[in-house]
Amino acid sequence: MSTAVLFDNVSRHFGAVRAVDGVNLEIAEGEFFAMLGPSGSGKTTCLRLMAGFEQPSGGHIEIFGETAEGVPPYRRSVNTVFQDYALFPHLSILDNVAYGLMVKGVGREERRKAAEDALAMVKLPNYGSRRPGQLSGGQRQRVALARALVNKPKVLLLDEPLGALDLKLREQMQEELKSLQKSLGITFVFVTHDQGEALSMADRIAVFNDGRIQQLGSPEEVYKQPKTRFVADFVGSSNVLPAKLCQKLGVRSAYASLRPEAIALSAPSEGALSLSGTVAAHSFLGAVNRVVVDVDGARIAVASPAALAVPTIGSPVTISFAANELHPMEDA
Amino acid sequence: MRSERNRSPLGLKIAAAAGLAFMHVPILLIFLYAFTTEEKSYQFPPPGLTTQWFAVAWNRPDVWAALTLSVKVASIATAIALVLGTLCAAAVSQTRLFGRETISLLVILPIALPGIITGIALRSAFSMAEIPFSFWTIVLGHATFCIVVVYNNAVARFRRISGSLIEASMDLGADGFQTFRYIILPNIGTALLAGGMLAFALSFDEVIVTTFTAGQQSTLPIWMLEELIRPRQRPVTNVVAMIVVLVTFLPILGAYYLTRDGDQIAGAGK
Amino acid sequence: MTALAENLNAVDRRGAAGRLSDFFWKHPHVLLTVLLAPPLLWLGVVYVGSLFALLLQSFFSIDDFSGLISYEFTLATYRQLLSETNLDIILRTVSMAAIVTIASALIAFPIAYYAARYAQGKWKVLFYLGVMLPLWSSYLVKIYAWKLILAKEGIVTWFLGKLHLQWLLDAWLSLPVVGGNSLSVSYTGTFIVFVYVWLPFMILPIQAALERVPTNLIEASSDLGGTPAQTFRHVLFPLALPGIVAGSIFTFSLTLGDYIIPQIIGSSRLFIGQAVYAQQGTAGNIPLAAAFTVVPIVIMGAYLFVAKRMGAFDAL
Repeated sequence: MSTAVLFDNVSRHFGAVRAVDGVNLEIAEGEFFAMLGPSGSGKTTCLRLMAGFEQPSGGHIEIFGETAEGVPPYRRSVNTVFQDYALFPHLSILDNVAYGLMVKGVGREERRKAAEDALAMVKLPNYGSRRPGQLSGGQRQRVALARALVNKPKVLLLDEPLGALDLKLREQMQEELKSLQKSLGITFVFVTHDQGEALSMADRIAVFNDGRIQQLGSPEEVYKQPKTRFVADFVGSSNVLPAKLCQKLGVRSAYASLRPEAIALSAPSEGALSLSGTVAAHSFLGAVNRVVVDVDGARIAVASPAALAVPTIGSPVTISFAANELHPMEDA
Repeated sequence: MRSERNRSPLGLKIAAAAGLAFMHVPILLIFLYAFTTEEKSYQFPPPGLTTQWFAVAWNRPDVWAALTLSVKVASIATAIALVLGTLCAAAVSQTRLFGRETISLLVILPIALPGIITGIALRSAFSMAEIPFSFWTIVLGHATFCIVVVYNNAVARFRRISGSLIEASMDLGADGFQTFRYIILPNIGTALLAGGMLAFALSFDEVIVTTFTAGQQSTLPIWMLEELIRPRQRPVTNVVAMIVVLVTFLPILGAYYLTRDGDQIAGAGK
Repeated sequence: MTALAENLNAVDRRGAAGRLSDFFWKHPHVLLTVLLAPPLLWLGVVYVGSLFALLLQSFFSIDDFSGLISYEFTLATYRQLLSETNLDIILRTVSMAAIVTIASALIAFPIAYYAARYAQGKWKVLFYLGVMLPLWSSYLVKIYAWKLILAKEGIVTWFLGKLHLQWLLDAWLSLPVVGGNSLSVSYTGTFIVFVYVWLPFMILPIQAALERVPTNLIEASSDLGGTPAQTFRHVLFPLALPGIVAGSIFTFSLTLGDYIIPQIIGSSRLFIGQAVYAQQGTAGNIPLAAAFTVVPIVIMGAYLFVAKRMGAFDAL
């Protein structure tokens, strides 16, 4: 499998602001790749660097083995689904979708056919004669998708495409995007600040903060073994054990992460680790109870099955977990 | 609260209505005077009504010459203003900070300064450069102050085209020229048309700068000014005045309908 | 074939235009220069250049004997500008501009207020066009209309005669400064025409300022026990003030520079615009004409400086 997008030590500075600061990444052909991070973390700038709307201040970018620096957006086989969809308000839906083919000189009949097929693919047949203003947010999103895909891009860039949709629609679109990507075999690069979205859709995730990649790995790796404190906080809700507790447990790193659902409120079984503390708070979350245990001043969240009894606040409690659930982290 | 908003004080209503009447009655009087039978004075009420002056005005070659010149000047000045104003607006919408205000100031200057200053400045510039006063010096003078109306309309519309539309076009494979032709132009088209109409109306009506940049030529406003200072045949002037009112109303109404959704006619730029 | 090369072919079909577009994309500053060069060359170089050339002339003087301009730096022309007759002209013009501005604001406010707060739907359009049409209709025709109206045999005299109020007009015209032989040759006439012609320039900015006042501010004020008069004084008027100042920029500046209105309707005493016109034309004294044009520029410069501080530019 060849490399679709390669970033080699890429930076993008705006004045003194380092929006992207020494990013290395390699996206494989056919991969569903998510760039996850809070706003201002550099993920959108990376997307814009791939699309050609920005030029790197330093480093090197390749798209399918060819240097991308100095290549204008209109000469890249990369297409983008914009966050605000950016549908052309003066054109009909069909003309919007056929736009890319029109400017490339494809004949009228041929591009009409291609655009109609693309609209059918996103489940909006017979919408071609409408105007963007007459469509709902979800429908506009599908048109934006069809407009990009009709050009048969090698890489499809999606900038927070589901951000403006309500929860129900978002979940539905997640599934559709995923199956569309599978059937087309196109590389998808997806920017989002929603960790759930990234975890459920992506093959691999790059977690961004302050213009740098904090961790790059499969959803499971990123979720279960956060490498840094930022990732532990941002992806899922892992506990970060301070140095004091790490020492106590015999971990050689300064910090370690421990997921709430890996902890049991019971005496340790064979080979498991344990800590004792007092119950500080608890809340009912449906399937589980979230119990916060105070261990030597560190607050550790435990996800306890709702079927089990909840200890009263202030009562002493022992928490236990398997040794391999404790993941040492690189830094704070 | 609703009732309070809908019910206006009677005094306010009367003041507003009186103000509007003050603005419109004089113009309506022009229409009445175009039909008067009185030749020698501005007598009111007119002693009688007639349509004969329309025929007289129609057969006056000097009126036709002035009208043709004004239309020609306004057309060419508008064309120049359209090109220069759009270029300025496009450039300003591209730059984020640098020089934006300077360019706006520069464009507004010819209309913000009293016309007499612009007129004398251009006149002395033309004579210094030994350019004889002609049709073209009138056109250049007019284009100078017409740029602002085109610019104001175009800038407002450029601002409404979101940056992602242009990026989307480039992303889909359109180069700069294609993006201009297929995305930018259709979106600013009506604003340019409106700006062009207003520029036409502005040029068609201009007298102050024209008196300085014209040689022997007489545009319609110059013709009117001469009639105002030294009346020759008052009823003909009345008829011409009425026609000028009608001719300028059309582009104003047109420009209004073209821009009513969203940006306003840049009237303050006159 | 690689992906980028595939697209390259598509662009190559566009030939020269495609290559030029690439060039502009890589060098956006070149594109900016190309866009700005023609307008800046005309406005920035020729127009502003000739303005400066004109102002420069005010530092030259006219040789009394030959009547030619002597190109030597001197302040003599400015001394001439400050002579009693010329100061009279300046004072007359500035006072006229001031009272025209005040009167315009008084007449404009109710119209703007009604249009902004009460007019809805169709009426709103009517008000808007009701202001736009007089604004854009011919300047000379508007003056001409007043020549008809103010003439001795015109509608004003007729109307007052019908009401048996002719004596009132006669009494007014017999007053020293504002009076005259008839309205069309008096300062009163000049004043009315100035107000009439510049009025729309005052209405539009006030209306724009008032429209930006959120309705709930007014409701909040009356909710807090403010009477309509108090609401007006403490809430609406301060918020409309930038609009009034913005409008006054137009009425003031336009009155300072106009020379046609006082020439056609008014007494024989000169205004600044007429003085400039006379000096550059019949008198052939370009330096003095230039010095006269400096007056409105300086006054408006100061005016704009103050207006900017009051936030008037946001209401333009």
